[in-house]
Amino acid sequence: MSENALDIDQKLQNAELLILGCSAGGFLLVYNFLLKLPANFPLPVVVIIHRSRSYKSLIEEHLNGLSSLNIKMADDKESIKSGTVYFAPPDYHLLVETDKTLSLDNSEPVHFCRPAIDVTFQTAADTYQDKLIAILLSGANSDGADGMEYISELNGLTIVQQPEEAEVDIMPKAAINRGNIDLVLKMDEITSLIHKIVKLKSNF
Amino acid sequence: MDSVSAKLLSAPEVEEIIDLVRHVYGFDFSGYSRASLKRRIIRIMQLKKIDIFDLRSLIINSNDFFEEFLLEITVNVTEMFRDPAFFKALREKVFPYLSSYARIKVWNAGCSTGEELYSFAILLEEENLYNRSFLYGTDINSEVLDTAKKGIYDFKKMKLNSENYIASGAINSLSDYYESNHNSVTLDSKLKKNTLFSIHNLVTDNVFNEFQIISCRNVLIYFTVELQERVLQLFYESLCPLGFLCLGSKEYLRNEELASKFKVVDKVENIYQKIV
Repeated sequence: MSENALDIDQKLQNAELLILGCSAGGFLLVYNFLLKLPANFPLPVVVIIHRSRSYKSLIEEHLNGLSSLNIKMADDKESIKSGTVYFAPPDYHLLVETDKTLSLDNSEPVHFCRPAIDVTFQTAADTYQDKLIAILLSGANSDGADGMEYISELNGLTIVQQPEEAEVDIMPKAAINRGNIDLVLKMDEITSLIHKIVKLKSNF
Repeated sequence: MDSVSAKLLSAPEVEEIIDLVRHVYGFDFSGYSRASLKRRIIRIMQLKKIDIFDLRSLIINSNDFFEEFLLEITVNVTEMFRDPAFFKALREKVFPYLSSYARIKVWNAGCSTGEELYSFAILLEEENLYNRSFLYGTDINSEVLDTAKKGIYDFKKMKLNSENYIASGAINSLSDYYESNHNSVTLDSKLKKNTLFSIHNLVTDNVFNEFQIISCRNVLIYFTVELQERVLQLFYESLCPLGFLCLGSKEYLRNEELASKFKVVDKVENIYQKIV
């Protein structure tokens, strides 16, 4: 095994939070990904999808009915716990506090987006540092690239969907162009990391 | 925000800035949620193109800089009739109740540039309650209060404001309430007649009147749980018996003892009525 692969295994094993961001073309990917998470998945998961405030999506409720995990919209000052998937609510930025709680923020949109992926990624990196896995999928703007750069600077693990496979490749490409992505993978390969994380963490 | 290095501002440096501002100016931000506060400080550093050393020195040496700092550190993003469903609920569930009151005092805490307070004024006017009403808008920031007092807003924002107003169950056209100038609109002076904007700091100041409605939406999210509790207790003490409390859509009465003193009027729009 190469040194790089060992390093990535180490990061997967050390991780304490998994965070996912996407916009256009990413919705179904996230949906399918979350449904593959087993009941014993050891990490809490935070999801940021760009969505309009005027459209009341019931994705959390729907997924919660299908998954063995607790899937919900994040609440202000809520503790981050494993066994739970938190979605950023529409029209709010979702921030991670140093005491591993979530907080909401109604400040200016970033890249015309609220929630913005960058905001959650950066604040999550501040708290979880090298114990963070971030995944960026299909999307139609460059939100997430700054966040990935920031995570990489703090030695978190950065994973981007292969642009050729993404329905809209602007978001994955923008992140890859910064030159600090650990893994560029197809969705199948990203999904198979779930089992690797479960295995690595259970042998820990 | 431009690309930010993780090394630009550390967590201990945020604490240092909080201490410095408290010592020099008496403003206490220690009850603010740190992740958001840190982003605001970074935003100022980027706007001004300064590092932490410059920031410290400017806070200590320049009152003018501090005024700007205070303006940027708090979030002043607001709209008229923001969350139209909330205003619809007010019209349908709260105002009919108020019509039996001789006087209606409204406190909009953390009013920023005043858009929400004037939205309340318009609704009260349309329900024939405005002449009996008095609206207090408070904020920690004198600059936003100056804007609120003038009631002059960017013309470009009126499209969204208007859409919100229509979605809230409008009975007129929003343009009935303002005059357009070149790039701005000026609200009708009758909407300003029964209003007072003044400085009030939720962190340190106390009860200053008794109110029939208190609206404080999307302010508590910037506070720690401890400060949220202090502020909610302050609101409780400032409400008349059977007075109404309006919070933002993601803000709650999480303290069970305090929650038991309120009845839920609208669960989704977070409207409560003081019952004990």
